[in-house]
Amino acid sequence: MKVLVAVKRVVDYNVKIRVLPDKSGVDIAGAKMSMNPFDEIAVEEAVKLKEANLVSEVVAVSIGSAAAQEVLRGALALGADRAVLVETEADLPSLNVAKLLKAVVHKESPQLVLLGKQAIDNDAGQTGQMLAALLNWGQATNASAIKLEGAAVEVTREIDGGLETVALSLPAVITADLRLNTPRYATLPNIMKAKKKPLDVIAADSLEVDLRPRIKTISVNEPSPRKAGVLVPDVKSLVERLRNEAKVI
Amino acid sequence: MGILVIAEHDNRALKSATLNAVSAAVMMGPDVHILVAGKNCADVAATASRVGGVTRVLCVDADTYASVSPEDLAILVASIAPGYSHIVTAATAYGRNFLPRVAVALDVAQISDIVGVLAPDTFVRPIYAGAALATVQALDDVKVVSVRSTGFDAAPCGGNAPIETLAAPRGCGLSRVLGQKLTSSSRPELTAARVVVAGGRALGSSENFKIIDALADKLDAAVGASRAAVDAGFVSNAYQVGQTGKIVAPELYIAVGISGAIQHLAGMKDSKLIVAINKDPEAPIFQVADYGLVADLFQAVPELTAELG
Ligand SMILES: Cc1cc2nc3c(=O)[nH]c(=O)nc-3n(C[C@H](O)[C@H](O)[C@H](O)COP(=O)(O)OP(=O)(O)OC[C@H]3O[C@@H](n4cnc5c(N)ncnc54)[C@H](O)[C@@H]3O)c2cc1C
Repeated sequence: MKVLVAVKRVVDYNVKIRVLPDKSGVDIAGAKMSMNPFDEIAVEEAVKLKEANLVSEVVAVSIGSAAAQEVLRGALALGADRAVLVETEADLPSLNVAKLLKAVVHKESPQLVLLGKQAIDNDAGQTGQMLAALLNWGQATNASAIKLEGAAVEVTREIDGGLETVALSLPAVITADLRLNTPRYATLPNIMKAKKKPLDVIAADSLEVDLRPRIKTISVNEPSPRKAGVLVPDVKSLVERLRNEAKVI
Repeated sequence: MGILVIAEHDNRALKSATLNAVSAAVMMGPDVHILVAGKNCADVAATASRVGGVTRVLCVDADTYASVSPEDLAILVASIAPGYSHIVTAATAYGRNFLPRVAVALDVAQISDIVGVLAPDTFVRPIYAGAALATVQALDDVKVVSVRSTGFDAAPCGGNAPIETLAAPRGCGLSRVLGQKLTSSSRPELTAARVVVAGGRALGSSENFKIIDALADKLDAAVGASRAAVDAGFVSNAYQVGQTGKIVAPELYIAVGISGAIQHLAGMKDSKLIVAINKDPEAPIFQVADYGLVADLFQAVPELTAELG
C-alpha cells in the first residue's frame, strides 16, 4: 500500500515575522525556510507505518516553487521513498492546492494521504478536509494516534473538549496534530542518500486544474501593539493593582 | 440572500462560540438563519431561536446527527446552501473539521478564522500566528467563513425566530465516531471564561499543577496551559492555549511559568489584561504583560491564592 504525504515550505517557526512597509504582505526575503512542522509530523508517521511493514511506499508531494525541492529532499531524508513537486510560483488558496493534490492522487493512487493539520504561515487548516471532500473520502483531522489494520483505520483526534476516536476505512485522508509523534532528525548518511532518491517535477499548469484566483489580499498590517506594562515588586502590590487599578478582581 | 450559521452544540446546549459567530454573521447581511443538526436537539433549537439577530432556525433532528461526522454534516449544509450568500460557523475544532468540505461542495474558497468583517466580502484574519493581520476579499459568489470567537462579542439574547424542521439527507457513512474522552471540569469553559489561569513547563508535574487549580478556583477561572505543559502530560490537550490550541481573550489572563513563545502568545495576546509570573526577567511573556512579577512561582502562586482569600 502506498501513502502520499503532502509537505509545504514555510517560514521557519522561529523567525520573527515583519510586515512589509507597503503592507502588501510579510517580509520573507532571506528568511529561514523549513518544512511546515505539522507536515514533518505527517512524514514521520508515514515512515513509521512503513517501518512497521503496514505500508510499502511513501511518496512526498509539495505544491510550490522550485525551492520547495529542498523541503522534499528533507522528507526523503526522513525516509520517504520518492518525491513529486507540482511547480507553481503562485500563492494558491487551499482549494486550489487541494485540487492539485487530487490530481496527484489520481496519478499515484495512494490508499492513504497524510498532511499536517495546518500550515503555520496561513493558519487556514483547510487543505486536508478539502482534499478528502474532492475525493469523496473519509477524513480524520488533528490526529494524535493512528491505528491501521488492513483497510480499517482508527484515529484518535484532538478536539476542543479532549479526545475523540473515529473509525474510517481506506482510502482516507488524515491530518497530523502535534502530539502524533516526535519527528526524527535526518542523519547525515540519510541526507546523502536522499539526494539520490527520485524527485519528479510536474508543472502545475499541465494538470488541467481550475486554478483561478479565489481570494484577493488587500493589505497586511501589524496588529496594534499592547501598551507597555509594569513590573510589580511583590504579590501584595499585584493584588492591589488588580483590585484598585485594573478592577478585574 | 441570507446568511446561514451552523450551530455547534452537544444536543443539550448551544456552544458559546456559536453566539460569537452569529455576531459576525449579522455584520455580513440582514437575514441570519441558524442550522441546528442533531438528535433530540429541540432544546438547542429553542435556545437558538432566542439569539438576537437570528431570523429563522432550521432544525434537522435525525439519528445520523447523534454524533455528527464532518462528511455527513457537510452534505447536509451543502443541500441547504442554495439561496444563501454566506455559510458561517465558529472556528472551533468542530467547525474547522467540516467547513472546508462545504466549500468544496460549493466549489468556493474558504476564509478561515476571521476576526473582523469590513464588508460582506471583505474580512480580517490573523496569519503567521497572529504576527500579522491580513485583509482579504473573497472573490467567489458564496462566502464560506469560519469565525474566531475572540474577534466578536457574543450575540445577545432577545430573538424570537420561528423554528422550521427539515428532513435529513442520507448519510454517507464515510467515518464513524467510536467514542469521546472529554475532560470534565466544574470550572468555566476555557474559551468563554472571564478569567484564565495558565501554567507552563515550569510547573514540573501534574501534582504541582494543583497550585494553578487552587488559584483558578479562587478566581472562578478556567485553567489553561502551554504546549510544553500538555506535551509533558501535566494536563489534558483540552487546556492548550496557542496557535494550535485554543484562542482566548478573557478579561484577565494569568500566565504562570510560561516563557511567551509566539505560538503561545497567538492564543492569548488579545486578553484585556495580562499578568505574567516568571522567574526570568528576560522572558518574552513580560513584553505583552500589563503586570509582571519576577518571582519563583512556587512561592508567588500560593501567596497570591492566600492573598485573595
Ligand atoms: C508548530 C508549533 C505549534 C506550537 N503551538 C503551540 C501552542 O498552541 N501553544 C503553546 O503554548 N505552544 C506552542 N508551541 C510551542 C512553543 O513554541 C513553546 O515551545 C511553548 O509554548 C513553551 O512552553 P512553556 O512556556 O511552558 O515552556 P518554556 O519555554 O520552557 O518556559 C518555561 C518558563 O518558565 C519559567 N520558569 C521556570 N521555573 C520557574 C519558576 N520556578 N518560577 C517561575 N518561572 C519559572 C522559565 O523562566 C521559562 O520562561 C508550538 C510550537 C510549534 C513548533
